[in-house]
Amino acid sequence: MATATHHRAGRLTTLAYIFLLLSQNIAALLLLPLIITSAILTLLWIGLPFVILTGTLLRTLANSQRRTLHQLHPKNPLPSAYRPIPPTGITRRGATIITDPATWKDLLWLISGPANITLISLPLIPLLHGTYQLLFSLGLTTHPLYGTYTPGPIHQLLTLAPATLLLTLGYLLLPPTTNLYLRFNRLLLAPSEKARLTARVAHLATSRANTIDTQAAEIRRIERDLHDGAQARLVALGMNLGMAEHIVEQDPTTARTMLAEARETTRHALTELRDLVRGIHPPVLVERGLHGAVHALALTHHLPITVTINLPGRPADPVESAAYFAIAELLTNTAKHAHATHAWVHINHGHNRLVITVTDNGTGQATPTPGSGLAGIHRRLDAFDGTMNITSPPGGPTIVTLEIPCALSSPKTLPSSETD
Amino acid sequence: MRVVIAEDLALLRDGLIRLLQAHEFTVVAAVDNGPDLHTALTEHKPDVAVVDVRLPPTFTDEGLQAAIAARTHIPGLPILVLSQHVEQLYARELLSDDTGGVGYLLKDRVFDIGQFIEAVRRVADGGTAMDPAVISQLLARQDQSGPLAQLTPREREVLSEMAEGRSNSAIAGRLYITEKAVSKHINNIFTKLDLPPSSDDSRRVLAVLAYLNGQDTTNT
Repeated sequence: MATATHHRAGRLTTLAYIFLLLSQNIAALLLLPLIITSAILTLLWIGLPFVILTGTLLRTLANSQRRTLHQLHPKNPLPSAYRPIPPTGITRRGATIITDPATWKDLLWLISGPANITLISLPLIPLLHGTYQLLFSLGLTTHPLYGTYTPGPIHQLLTLAPATLLLTLGYLLLPPTTNLYLRFNRLLLAPSEKARLTARVAHLATSRANTIDTQAAEIRRIERDLHDGAQARLVALGMNLGMAEHIVEQDPTTARTMLAEARETTRHALTELRDLVRGIHPPVLVERGLHGAVHALALTHHLPITVTINLPGRPADPVESAAYFAIAELLTNTAKHAHATHAWVHINHGHNRLVITVTDNGTGQATPTPGSGLAGIHRRLDAFDGTMNITSPPGGPTIVTLEIPCALSSPKTLPSSETD
Repeated sequence: MRVVIAEDLALLRDGLIRLLQAHEFTVVAAVDNGPDLHTALTEHKPDVAVVDVRLPPTFTDEGLQAAIAARTHIPGLPILVLSQHVEQLYARELLSDDTGGVGYLLKDRVFDIGQFIEAVRRVADGGTAMDPAVISQLLARQDQSGPLAQLTPREREVLSEMAEGRSNSAIAGRLYITEKAVSKHINNIFTKLDLPPSSDDSRRVLAVLAYLNGQDTTNT
């Protein structure tokens, strides 16, 4: 039996975790009156801020319990599935917390605190008493046992028997009670399938809205660029040509100047269109895929960049594009803010995920503040269920890891190679 | 001079044909896709080919690939690649065989007909014609320190003109200085960059381009 339970965590480790669980449950007991108070106040319409406060506390506490349970049983993660609390609006935030079924499940867990404490105490009480009696019988404490039995050879010798008994009992009780506790709390804290799906839908709705917003903004930018740029230049070009045609017989010299101007205007229009195209979808990405495009990017960057790419095929177009722009943005950030002298880009694919690491040896402290490039990357990756992880301690280095779930097409276009 | 043209847009293809014919080139083939280009290059072995990077059927860098492939069959086959955008990556690939007779220009450069024709001739003669955008990117990359920082502004001008592939007399004409002054600048540049002097124009340009390409990055 012991082995069955304990390939998860050693008995001593379990004991340590038991104390952690106990303290979390005691915290839960303390939170209970607060929650009841805020519930009553809400009936009087003044308790909503309290609900937000206690609701957030409850989530934090339940999550810390989830983490502890996960650590006790590492192979079995215990995710949370809360509806995200909106950033603003007291009523909206309060309502989100109250209407989230996960909140009510957490409350159930909170209320079962006394039962949980009892369950944990089952092995703890004999263990504590046993230790206490053992200390007494070994003469390590001079106080009378339970305030009654004064230390003496007979009392000490007699106590040895119950001490051993209690310690053995506690030792034997520890695995089954822990096991029972784990199962019981897992049941209470694991999100229901419905909650999981609800959370998923909420995430999809947010990321879809973000994607649409981003795209709409992009299209507006393109429209503006075309309207003020190439389109305007073509108008000027037409005017210049018309005028040149008009005066070519009377004043060939001026006509010639105008034609030269027209040529210059065309060149400007082309340059603008070229930059615009690069911003929409870089031609080199079309021609060479992520592999070639990242190499091309590295070649024109101001810092020396080491690129290592290990892709047995090509990701889908939208993923390639998102990955390319994310890398470009990260390298721009590096050049602008990091005071780095070298950067590294690693791209590989495994477990159905495209994994990109961009590292620099700069000064660190990169943070995704709202509106920053990093936040933009995060938003764009969200559309693919991608994640971004930033490690950037003061003093550097900065390591940004991007993961995008995606499959690769069959290897056909390019030899995937390492550059050096 | 016999020339092969590869361009998929009829409007531009006809324009190029007319332009080149007006300057005493004989267009032996004008094709609109990659496989045909490959055949035309190996069959006609033209004095020079003017090739668009992006061609059917894949609409990727078909033209560039065909050009590079043809040059492995026929080393030094002069090819001028035209594109709507320039990439250092492509410039490197074209220059990598180190035999000269290559050009890589933005399509806009066709506007300046005199210079464009001069570039085509230069490539046909085994020289190089690199787009100013390629060169300025190369120079911009390594500005901070190193030997390039020791160049005077005038020497930098001469260096970029030379890297684009121009001869001494062409550089002199463009910068309004004497040819003697140009060769003095070039000597200084080669000393400062620690490059072996060379009297052969095209070898000299390749050395400069290799220098600019080789130093700027540890790899790719």
